[in-house]
Amino acid sequence: MIEVCDVSKYFGEKQVLHSINTNFEEGKVNLIIGRSGSGKTVLMKCLVGLHAPEEGKVLYSGREFHNMPDGEKQHLRAEMGMVFQGSALFDSMTIEENVAFPLDMFTQQGEGEKRDRVDFCLECVDLQNINRLYPAELSGGMKKRAAIARALACNPKYLFFDEPNSGLDPKTSLLIDELITKITHDFNTTTVVNTHDMNSIITIGETISFIYQGRLEWTGNSSNVLASDNPVLNDFIFAQPLVQRLKK
Amino acid sequence: MLFKGLVTIGDYFIFLKKVFSKPAKWSVFFKKLVFEMDTMGIGSMLIVSIVSVAMGSVITLQTALQIESSWIPSWTVGFTARTSIVMELCPTILSLLLVGNIGSRITAEIGSMRVTEQIDALEVMGINPASYLVLPKVSASVIVNPVLCIFSIAFALVGGFLTVWITDCVSTYNYIDGLTYCFRVYDVIYAVTKTTIFAFVMSTVSSFYGYKIEGGALELGKASTQGIIVSSFIILILNVVITNLML
Repeated sequence: MIEVCDVSKYFGEKQVLHSINTNFEEGKVNLIIGRSGSGKTVLMKCLVGLHAPEEGKVLYSGREFHNMPDGEKQHLRAEMGMVFQGSALFDSMTIEENVAFPLDMFTQQGEGEKRDRVDFCLECVDLQNINRLYPAELSGGMKKRAAIARALACNPKYLFFDEPNSGLDPKTSLLIDELITKITHDFNTTTVVNTHDMNSIITIGETISFIYQGRLEWTGNSSNVLASDNPVLNDFIFAQPLVQRLKK
Repeated sequence: MLFKGLVTIGDYFIFLKKVFSKPAKWSVFFKKLVFEMDTMGIGSMLIVSIVSVAMGSVITLQTALQIESSWIPSWTVGFTARTSIVMELCPTILSLLLVGNIGSRITAEIGSMRVTEQIDALEVMGINPASYLVLPKVSASVIVNPVLCIFSIAFALVGGFLTVWITDCVSTYNYIDGLTYCFRVYDVIYAVTKTTIFAFVMSTVSSFYGYKIEGGALELGKASTQGIIVSSFIILILNVVITNLML
């Protein structure tokens, strides 16, 4: 479980996160939702250590992350996998090399063992026969899936997805959502997804934290998100005419 | 302005501290080092040879034209050309050329990795991106550039010889006599030392400007230009300092 306790983050004079308190549960898909610029990505970057919060702490199974000694932090980071908005695959490497990269860096596995693991991870995300291709030769959806395969390579305990559906068509978005749910339940990972995709919110959010202007406005799950009487959340959820019509 | 400059210098040294930390895995480091040496060395050989031959030809021709006097012995052309080529033209001009060739490539490569979150991905994995990405490049350039400098000197001297042979401004015998006259190994050591220091400046400054990019493609272009300007400026200043210290 990941616990976020009173986390505040400033950029210069500007405070972008205001005392956020929330938990992300093990074996569940935990969503962070909110409008663009609300502080979702900053919160996620605080979780993975790309930003250090000025106040508050982030606990991984009770261990405080930001004040850990470097060695321990590195060990914990090896238990994390992250899929970035733009996939962040290494351009100069083939897909096989990309997925094998964490194995090269953190394990002593032999070539055969590594190849088996790479094939397994690519199979998990339903990608075959693309081992020798470069990221530039793949579509957006395939890149996302390859990035998920790379994140899975070292059997992570914690998985982070930064807007996994952005730039994808609705059908591919659905596939990615299904994949996230399947991986979370199959491997019992603590999955944190940063999204403003309505379909993801309604279908895969086992816990939902709604961030508004840097503050935690509402917490719940996909079954009560539509019935909430929080006006700010309703404003966000029912912003699209199609959803408004569905509500009526 | 001054404060901003001091902050940048401070950031540069903090960056160097990150770069010179123990690589996460030595086998990966050596693999990357060999790749970088190949890219930098073989990739720059053509441009280095063309520029060096041209430089050697021109300096020989200019020297021959300037000291046309019966009071000055003919071997002076070869001697002056060699001294200029070994001590100044090859180490400095070559380094400035490599700033444009290799330095800009380093800034663009690291900068685009920053823009596309590849550096963030490395950091999340628990890998020190500065050490993983930059250390092999710095090591490779510090190894490869002096070798390129030696090749450059050889090409420039050959260029001078070809010019003498084609134009017959002095006899080839006198030219070779001048090349070997009062030859000191120290001059080559001096040239190689300068090139090594310039290589370090070029690779670290270019990497620094790529690494600290914030924004998108526009900033990438700006950082590339800044990296070239700042590296060249430091190289020119250091050239004066090293010359004063070593000669």
